[in-house]
Amino acid sequence: MPPMTTVAAAPHHTPTKPKRSRARRLLLGPGFVRAGWMTVLGAAFAFGLVVGLRALQGFPVFKGSPIVTVILIAAPLFFLVGIGGFDYWAKYIVGSPTEPEDHSSHGAHGWKDYFRVNTDHKVIGVQYTVTALFFLLVGGALAEVMRAELAQPGQQIVDPNTYNGLFSVHASLMIFLVIIPIFAGLANYVLPLMIGAPDMAFPRLNALSYWLLPVAGIMMMASFLVPTSGAFNTGWTAYAPLSTHAPLGQQFFTLGVQFAGTSSIMTALNFLVTIITMRAPGMTFWRMPLLVWANFTTSLLVVIATPFIAGSQFLVLLDRSLHADFFQANAGGDVISYQHIFWFYSHPAVYIMMLPGFGIISEIISTKSRKPIFGYRLMALSLLAILVLGFTVWAHHMFVSGMFTWLRVPMMITTMLIAVPTGIKIFSWLATLWKGVLDLTTPMLFALGFITMFTLGGISGIMLAAIPVDIHFSDTYFVVAHIHYVLFGGSMFTIFAGIYYWYPKMTGRMYDETLGKIHFWATFIGFNITFAPMHWVGLEGMPRRVADYADKFATWNLIESAGAFFLGAATLVFIYNFVVSWAAGPRAPSNPWRARTLEWQVSSPPPIFNFDEIPQVVGGPYEYGTPGAVHAVMNGDRAKVAVGAAAPGGGEAAAAGGNGNGHGNGNGHPPAGG
Amino acid sequence: MSALKNPYVQVGLWTVGIGAVLSVIVLSVPWLPEDASTAGTPIDTLYNVLAVISCFVFALVVSILMVSVVHFRRRHNDLSDGEPIHGNTTLEAIWTAIPAVLMVGAAVYSGLVLADIEETKANTQEVTVTGQQFAWTFKYQSQNFKAGELHLVNGTPYHFELRAKDVIHSFWVPEFRMKKDAVPGLKTDIRVTPTRNGRYTLACTELCGLGHSTMRAPVVVENQAAFDKWAAQAKKNQNLVGGTS
Repeated sequence: MPPMTTVAAAPHHTPTKPKRSRARRLLLGPGFVRAGWMTVLGAAFAFGLVVGLRALQGFPVFKGSPIVTVILIAAPLFFLVGIGGFDYWAKYIVGSPTEPEDHSSHGAHGWKDYFRVNTDHKVIGVQYTVTALFFLLVGGALAEVMRAELAQPGQQIVDPNTYNGLFSVHASLMIFLVIIPIFAGLANYVLPLMIGAPDMAFPRLNALSYWLLPVAGIMMMASFLVPTSGAFNTGWTAYAPLSTHAPLGQQFFTLGVQFAGTSSIMTALNFLVTIITMRAPGMTFWRMPLLVWANFTTSLLVVIATPFIAGSQFLVLLDRSLHADFFQANAGGDVISYQHIFWFYSHPAVYIMMLPGFGIISEIISTKSRKPIFGYRLMALSLLAILVLGFTVWAHHMFVSGMFTWLRVPMMITTMLIAVPTGIKIFSWLATLWKGVLDLTTPMLFALGFITMFTLGGISGIMLAAIPVDIHFSDTYFVVAHIHYVLFGGSMFTIFAGIYYWYPKMTGRMYDETLGKIHFWATFIGFNITFAPMHWVGLEGMPRRVADYADKFATWNLIESAGAFFLGAATLVFIYNFVVSWAAGPRAPSNPWRARTLEWQVSSPPPIFNFDEIPQVVGGPYEYGTPGAVHAVMNGDRAKVAVGAAAPGGGEAAAAGGNGNGHGNGNGHPPAGG
Repeated sequence: MSALKNPYVQVGLWTVGIGAVLSVIVLSVPWLPEDASTAGTPIDTLYNVLAVISCFVFALVVSILMVSVVHFRRRHNDLSDGEPIHGNTTLEAIWTAIPAVLMVGAAVYSGLVLADIEETKANTQEVTVTGQQFAWTFKYQSQNFKAGELHLVNGTPYHFELRAKDVIHSFWVPEFRMKKDAVPGLKTDIRVTPTRNGRYTLACTELCGLGHSTMRAPVVVENQAAFDKWAAQAKKNQNLVGGTS
């Protein structure tokens, strides 16, 4: 049971309480100290449990693999209790006095507040984003080692075991610790603001969701430290029976995914409830910004699909630890069924990793083109079409798997049909650009880069959907090229675009535009040098996931490696800009992009509870170019709107000039005016 | 001349131009390895058709984007908004319908090619291919011998039955364009009719462990006489060759 002596119940609210000594507070209050000793306690508990039970059963007492497995389950749970993820609920459950309106763990007043359990969606959004960027650097570094090894045929730097570990951990980190959570982080920050809510629906659940992430990431990284076995090395796909027979390192993936997946599901539930129940008055579904639509759709995907990968890895765990033999052919198990369960999550996961990016791009393209989104309703509906179709295509990953053959053609048709809603989105963005007033700053450059690169990724996807072509392309470097055009040229570009776009809002500082542009062009060029040639070597016959390759692929591979190092250097420019601008960049006005959505109508960064008064939404989010159109009526502006609406153009200039004071709430003009 | 300055005309011209250049590159450079089976031509043709359509789709997207950037770029200190165009139902119907028709067409064409390359042929030779970490074994059923190399008679239809002893492996000879996983507990199969004499490599394409990248086997397509000679030798060396390497 977690200690209940915590002082998190805000001593400043109840100064009459007997004061506890500082040491005692440090040791027993929520935070890293308590998390530290509780993690050790959890590990010791797990160790004792396994050793004790084995002794009772008369088994050899000390066996590494079951001990580590139970530690990997228990230690993180103890850590989460220690850090304070369950404090409020625990008090509530045991009947201790709780304070429903206790906001002591809300908001950040200094950098230390980012390192504790915080229930403010804005703090959590930053925690998510920065954590994901950390894992982006780790995952990127692993990729650089891989490219160094692949620069020449033969074995130079790492042995095949390590190499297999590198690409497995690289993919797992990039998917589960970078792309999925960074979208959750950006949305965490801006989504409640966009719908005019003071916070997410379940702030404490939100905090707990975040703290599961470092657990999952550290677990996956720690697998490199497993003696003799090394990191899990069966790819992020962990196909059985390779994974069920793999050494101990595999357990770090099997269990790490559970923590990342739990985090994902809880956040998705939170988004769904927030979007459905906490929209400001007047914010109908057809007035929601497309980022909100995108996260609504993504969250549905997550809550439906993610339990399947959790299930698939539980089955692997049971096979590994208890000899359940789900996937052991010689014991009556079915090998292919693993792939069906796995891809039933992992194909929708591709959309989980893409739809929030679509939302980001819609926000940026509209704002930076000074035009309403072309075909707003069809844009929203196409998201829903992708949601539905996304669940009907999983077996296109299995065309050569030896599964029952009749499923192939129906899945090819549904896969190709997904190109239709995706095409609608691409063409609608292009039509939004047309006759706009394009502001080619860094977020827009990444958005335009995304459109071109994602189109290429979509095209190679269509080729992979055509079964006869896929029979040749499957499991080659063509697939590696495709996935990176979709997840790097696609998702990562939208992530960079989103980070630059909301950087002023999140940090209250402006980033350096020149460095941003350098980052874009270096990334765009480095990305294409790295991944475009992978198409050709794949067509030519180079399988994926190989530490060594035939000499005829040497030239292209050397070029790819050079591109990868250049790309890595470009990312350092981004990190430099991110860190230095946050520390010393010029103060950001509340609305530097003259955007219409609600998050830009409050100060940068926004006040702790977002809005002094809940806004009244009266129109669409992208009414650029329509004189007098307003998205929402903010504090105290209700009376003025009627007057301000009659004076178009003036509001625009006032918005640009008047926001320099750093708090958009009381600017004294219609915030969405113009 | 003034028509050339019209952004719509520019998009059209760039689309055709870029699409044509890309198509020439796609069709003239031999991106794929030489094909050595009857499946090669239909698959390569399907790929080329998809690739050329893709070139023009990509050219269209890039052209609209580049022309927009050039024509509609914000001038310094321009704080105006674009035209408040909210949509155009006809246009949206077009870019929903045309891709849908294209996709259904591509799917039907792909389905026909699939039926073609998987067709059962007369006088098929049976070979059982067994994958295990990290080697391949080939058992010639009619002649009843095993080998560690795959020798095939040019022009003869083969039916490979694939088996895996430990984990999943995958049978792929790039020149044949055909691939199928060998799955423990399952008998999967694949049909290949080689059409070109030569030495090729069978590569495992499903991650199968430490030796995955070295799990290759030589494949030789030759005339009947050469095959018979090799088969006789292989039968003699059965114990030496089979089941090892």
